[in-house]
Amino acid sequence: MKIEVTVNGEHQSYDVEPRMLLVDFLRDVVGLTGTHVGCETSLCGACSVMLNGDAVKSCTVLAVQANGAEITTIEGIAQNGELHPIQEGFWECHGLQCGFCTPGMIIAAHQLLERNPKPSEADIRRGIEGNLCRCTGYQHIVDAVQYASKKMTT
Amino acid sequence: MPVSKSVGARIKRREDPRLIQGLAHYVDDIRLPNLLHVAILRSPYAHARINGIHTDAAQNLSGVKSVVTGDDVKDVIGGIPCAATDPEGFPGIKVPHHPVLATGKVRFVGEPVVAVAATDAYIARDALDLIEVDYEPLDAINSAEAAFADDAPVIHEDWDDNMAFTWSIAGGDVDAAFAEADHVASQRIDHQRLVPNPMETRGVVAQYLPGKDQLNLWSSTQIPHLLRTQISVMLNMAENHVRVIAPEVGGGFGCKLNVYAEEALLGHMAKYIGQPVKWIEGRRENFLHTIHGRDQTGDVELAVKDDGTILGLRYTVSADVGAYYQLLTPAIPTLTGLMLCGSYTFKNVQMNLKAAFTNKMATDAYRGAGRPEATYLIERMIDVVAHDLDLDPLAVRRKNFIGKDAFPYETGTAVAYDSGDYTAALDKALKIADYDALREQQEKLREEGRYLGIGFSTYVEICGMGPSAAMPAGGWESSTVRVDPTGKVTVLTGVSPHGQGQETTFAQLVADGLGVDIDDIRIIHGDTDTVQYGIGTFGSRATAVGGTAMVHAMGKVKDKVVDIAAHLLESNPQDIVIEDGKYCVQGAPESGLTLGEIAMVAHVGVELPEGTEPGLAESHFFEPPNFTYPFGTHIAVVEVDADTGEVEIQRYVAVDDCGNIINPLIVEGQVHGGIAQGVGQALYEEAIYDESGQMITGSFMDYALPKAHNFPRFELANTVTPSPVNPMGVKGVGEAGTIGSTPAIANAVIDALKPFGVRHIDLPLRPEKLWKLMQET
Repeated sequence: MKIEVTVNGEHQSYDVEPRMLLVDFLRDVVGLTGTHVGCETSLCGACSVMLNGDAVKSCTVLAVQANGAEITTIEGIAQNGELHPIQEGFWECHGLQCGFCTPGMIIAAHQLLERNPKPSEADIRRGIEGNLCRCTGYQHIVDAVQYASKKMTT
Repeated sequence: MPVSKSVGARIKRREDPRLIQGLAHYVDDIRLPNLLHVAILRSPYAHARINGIHTDAAQNLSGVKSVVTGDDVKDVIGGIPCAATDPEGFPGIKVPHHPVLATGKVRFVGEPVVAVAATDAYIARDALDLIEVDYEPLDAINSAEAAFADDAPVIHEDWDDNMAFTWSIAGGDVDAAFAEADHVASQRIDHQRLVPNPMETRGVVAQYLPGKDQLNLWSSTQIPHLLRTQISVMLNMAENHVRVIAPEVGGGFGCKLNVYAEEALLGHMAKYIGQPVKWIEGRRENFLHTIHGRDQTGDVELAVKDDGTILGLRYTVSADVGAYYQLLTPAIPTLTGLMLCGSYTFKNVQMNLKAAFTNKMATDAYRGAGRPEATYLIERMIDVVAHDLDLDPLAVRRKNFIGKDAFPYETGTAVAYDSGDYTAALDKALKIADYDALREQQEKLREEGRYLGIGFSTYVEICGMGPSAAMPAGGWESSTVRVDPTGKVTVLTGVSPHGQGQETTFAQLVADGLGVDIDDIRIIHGDTDTVQYGIGTFGSRATAVGGTAMVHAMGKVKDKVVDIAAHLLESNPQDIVIEDGKYCVQGAPESGLTLGEIAMVAHVGVELPEGTEPGLAESHFFEPPNFTYPFGTHIAVVEVDADTGEVEIQRYVAVDDCGNIINPLIVEGQVHGGIAQGVGQALYEEAIYDESGQMITGSFMDYALPKAHNFPRFELANTVTPSPVNPMGVKGVGEAGTIGSTPAIANAVIDALKPFGVRHIDLPLRPEKLWKLMQET
C-alpha cells in the first residue's frame, strides 16, 4: 500500500505491506534505528514515537495507520545540532545506563512536558509509568525531566 | 574538562551523546547486504516426545531460504556448554547433553525445535506456522519437590532420577553450636524464580566470509571472548577465525553472561546458507529461553543464645535449576554458601544443597547470583531471631557484627573479607533515617490503625570476581594502553560494559594517570579481533579487576614516557613530573613536553634512549589476589495499606561502602538500579510455571517489573573503606543495591505487620498475600 508520511520534517511516500508495524517501518524502511523494540506488546515503551503530536507505542501501530501523519522519532528531537533540553537533562543527570529504553523515555518525557510544563515529582513518576527502565531505578530519569522542565520554563 | 583530578568527580558519561540521540548501534541495528532473518519454533510443551517434524510447507513458502531441525545439526553443532561440572566440586553431578535444537524430546516450554531463515522477519514467522511437530506430551515437573518425588517422571533418561547435583559446605562445629544453643530459630525460606529482563532482549547477527574462512558474530553478550572460545568449540572452527563483537548492549544483569543455542545456531546457518543471518529475541522468547535467577527453597536453622548471640547456622536447600545447565548454573548456589555468615562472627555453618532437574528454563547468574539468597536468608533470620526472643533486630545485628579491627577476616565458609566497618555504615544510615523518630511515628500510626514498618539489611557481598582459582572460567582481566603518535590514548579492555559507564570511569583514571585531556582518550571493548583476550563484565568485577589491569598497563606506558622525557630533557626519570599537562623537570613546565610530543618521538624512533623499544603500547593481565567485599546498611520504611494490602515505600535509605569511588554519579546510578531490582524481587516479581509446565508470567502484563511510581526518592550515602585487594582501593557496586534491598523491604513489611503476629512471609509480598494475612488474624 502507498503511504505518505513526514518523518522528522521530511515528507516522503513509501510502498509498504499492510501488516507492517510502524516501528519496523521506521527502523527498516526509513532507516531510523534509534527507536527500539523492547516487548512488541506496547507495555515497555521503548518504541515510543510522536505521531501527530501524541506519544504512541509504535510496536502496536501499523505503518498504514500513519498515512498522512507527522512523526517525530528520537533522531528528530535535537534541532540544528543542538541537544533538546530533555536530552541534555538525561546526559547531565545520568538518566540512562544501557540506553535501550532512553529514546522512548525521552519521547514520553517530551509529551509529559508539553502537557504539563512544570510537573511535580509525582506527576513525572506517573507520567513515565508507561515506560520501563531496568537500569536506573528511575530516580535519575526523574531528575532529568526536572532539569528539562526548569530549563524549558525559565 | 580538567586535565587532572578527574577521579572522584561527578563527570557526566561519555557514552551518552550517542545513546540520547538514537545513534547507538545495538545488535538489531546492524545492517548487512543479503541479510536473512531467523525465527525459531519453540516447544509449546514442557515435556514431550517428538515423534516427527514436517517442514515441507515451510520450506516451500516463498522467501524461505532454509529450515533447520535438530536432526540436521546434531552432528555439526556441539552441545551448549557448562563451565561448572567438576565432579570433585559437585559430587555425582549429571551433565546432560544440551542440544541447540531439540531432538527426540523437548524438556521445557520455549526450547528451540526448528529454525527458519527467510528474506524478512515476517515471512520467517509465517513459516513457523506451517511447521507441524508431532508431540507426545509427557507429565511435567514444575518444582524441585515434584522432581524428587518417588514417582516423578525422569527428565533425562540417561539416569534414573532428577537429582542434578549435590553440593555442601561446612565450617566449625555445627552440631556443637546447636547443642549449646538456648534457642533454635527455624524457618522455611523461598527464593522465588525471577526473570532478569534487560530492556534489550538477546539478539545475534552472523556473517561468514568464505574467502577468509571467518565467522563474524555480533551478539548481545557480556562475555565476547568466552563466547568466542565456546562458539569455536561448538562449531569446530579455529578460534582465531571466529570474531565475536558485543556492540551496544542494552543491559544484561547476568543473563547475557552465557552461551546460548542461538549464538551457535546462527553461526552455523550463516556458513551453511552462505548469507548473513539475524535473529532478534522477542520478549516472550526472552521470558521463556533466557536464563532465570534464584529458585531455591530451603530450611534455615539458626542456633542462638538468649541474648541474641548467633552460634551457628544450618541451611538445607533444594535448587530448581531447570531442564539443562547453562554456562554457570551449578556454580550459582555455591555463592550462596560462601556468604551465609553475612556480616556476623559465627563460624559454625553448614549448607547442604540438592539441585533438581525440572521442566523449566535453566537458572543461572541474575544480578547478585547466589549472594542475594545468602543475604536475604541471614538478614531475614536475624529478624526472626529478634521476633522469637523479643529483642531489637538492631541489637542482634550489633551484637554479632564482625568488628572493624578484625579485617582481613576469615569466615566460617573460609572466605577472607578484605576490609569493612559495618557499624559505621549502620550508624550513618540510622542518622539519615532519624531512626528514633521513625519508631515513634510507627507507634503513633499503629494507634490509628495504620501499619508502618521499618526494615534493615546490614549486608556484605562478595564481588570483584575474582581470583582465577575460585572461578569456573578465569578471574583475571586484561588491558592494553597505547598512545598514538599524536598523543591520543586508546585503551583496550577485556571487560565488556553494557551500561556501567567504564568508557567514562576508565577515561577518568587515564586522564589523571597520564595527564591527558579526557576527550583525547578512547576506551574500546567488546570486539575479539581488536581487544586482547579478556573475561568480561559480571560479578561487579569490571572496575575492580579490569580497571586494575588498565591501571597497571598505564603504569608501564607512563614509565616509558617518563624515561623518554628524561632522556629528551637530559634529566633523570625520578625528577620528571606532570605539570599543566606536560612532562617536565619539577618546577620547569615551560620546558616540558606534552604526551603527544613524547609519543611522536617514541614512534619516529630516532631520539629514544639507548635500548628503548620504539612504539608506545603496553599490556597487562591482572590476577586479583582475592575477591572484594562491599557492604552497607539499607533501611526501608514502608506502609502496608490495611484495606488493600498494598505496600508503599515511604523512605529508602542506603549507605553503601564500595571502597574508593571513581565517579559518584555513576555509583549512585548503580545503587539506584540495584535497589529497584531488589525491590522488584521483594514486592512484585515472580516467574510462575503451572502444573503443566506452562509459564503463566511470560509477559510484562503478567510479570510485574517495577515502574517509576513504585519508588520514593532514594536517600543515598557512602562510607569509604578502601579495599586492599587492588591499588585503587575499589570494591565494585553493580550488585550491592540488589543484594541489600530485598531483605530491607521484606523486613520492613513484616515489621509493619507485627501487630498481626507475623513472623515470616515468603516473597514477593504482593497485596493479595498481605491482605489475606491481615484478614486471617
